[in-house]
Amino acid sequence: MLGYGGGPSAIPLIKQEAVDRYHWMTADEFGDVLALSNALPGPINTKLAGYIGYRVGGIAGMLVATLATVLPTVLLMIVLLVFLTSLQDQPWVKGMTRAVVPVIGVMLLTMAWEFLKKAQETLGWLKSIGLTAVSLVLLVFADVHPAILIAVILIYVLVRPVKQQGIANDERE
Amino acid sequence: MLFWHIFLAFFIPGILGYGGGPASIPLIENEVVDHYHWMKLAEFSHVLAVGNALPGPIATKMAGYIGYEVAGVTGAFIALLATVAPSLILMIVLLNLLYKYRNSPKVKRLTMFIRPTIAVLLGWMAYDFFADSYRSSGWIQMVALAGISFVLMEKVKVHPAIVIMAALVYGAFFMAS
Repeated sequence: MLGYGGGPSAIPLIKQEAVDRYHWMTADEFGDVLALSNALPGPINTKLAGYIGYRVGGIAGMLVATLATVLPTVLLMIVLLVFLTSLQDQPWVKGMTRAVVPVIGVMLLTMAWEFLKKAQETLGWLKSIGLTAVSLVLLVFADVHPAILIAVILIYVLVRPVKQQGIANDERE
Repeated sequence: MLFWHIFLAFFIPGILGYGGGPASIPLIENEVVDHYHWMKLAEFSHVLAVGNALPGPIATKMAGYIGYEVAGVTGAFIALLATVAPSLILMIVLLNLLYKYRNSPKVKRLTMFIRPTIAVLLGWMAYDFFADSYRSSGWIQMVALAGISFVLMEKVKVHPAIVIMAALVYGAFFMAS
């Protein structure tokens, strides 16, 4: 409930509960679970919660942990938005919509910038700019469905041979 | 058929949204606003605003509400299931295999190579929001609100939830019409 600001902000909170308080796993194991969830798509919290729940209490544990992560805020969200929607013709609600749209724009832009910065740190300028330009052209001007583009990139990364050193690292593990 | 569409609309972002919750936002928008026309961009901005102001994972909050809006409680349930279940099931089924490769460079590369595309999607969505704001409020209000909220969130480090609340209150009093 306290994990404001999207998935990643809740990770330390989950670690505190699972490792420090309930001793369900060691910090190392938690690190492994985190690495595992990063290897899969989708929201990170529910994967963490689901898996830790599964380890502790089997399928039932998984269901309970996932529901506990998801349900309270979904319910709150439905109540608030249904209330807001029922008033949507009121002038002051229209004013609220108008005021919040540019704020959300700024938040999205900041997120976009963070993704770009991370990309540049891990991929370098050349590949980042290249991939950004190709994505921009395909998505915006050629109107390719984003799911198709992402799937193609994922398959390319998986199929493409990894450099020698990377393979050596793999085998050592 | 509608339930199947709801499932697809959240299954695709769930399975391709590498890089955590924010990565799936533009993918969900693409399905919900552009493809199935379940809501307009302005309504979607409500969902994002309220979703950002509430705690917990953003993707599931959006799925739960939009599913509910489109097809009631069953819709909410299907949308949540489509968001959460695929990767959770994969995680448990492929546990040993994944465990072996958890530090493999290929797996790390997946997120690395997907980031620029997600950045473009987020940036383009931001553009849509600014264009929408320009049409409904004019450029003075738009630039002022965007500028002030940017400074508050990024420079003064005010929590986004507080900035959103402040914008909502401001809008209710000064932008009503």
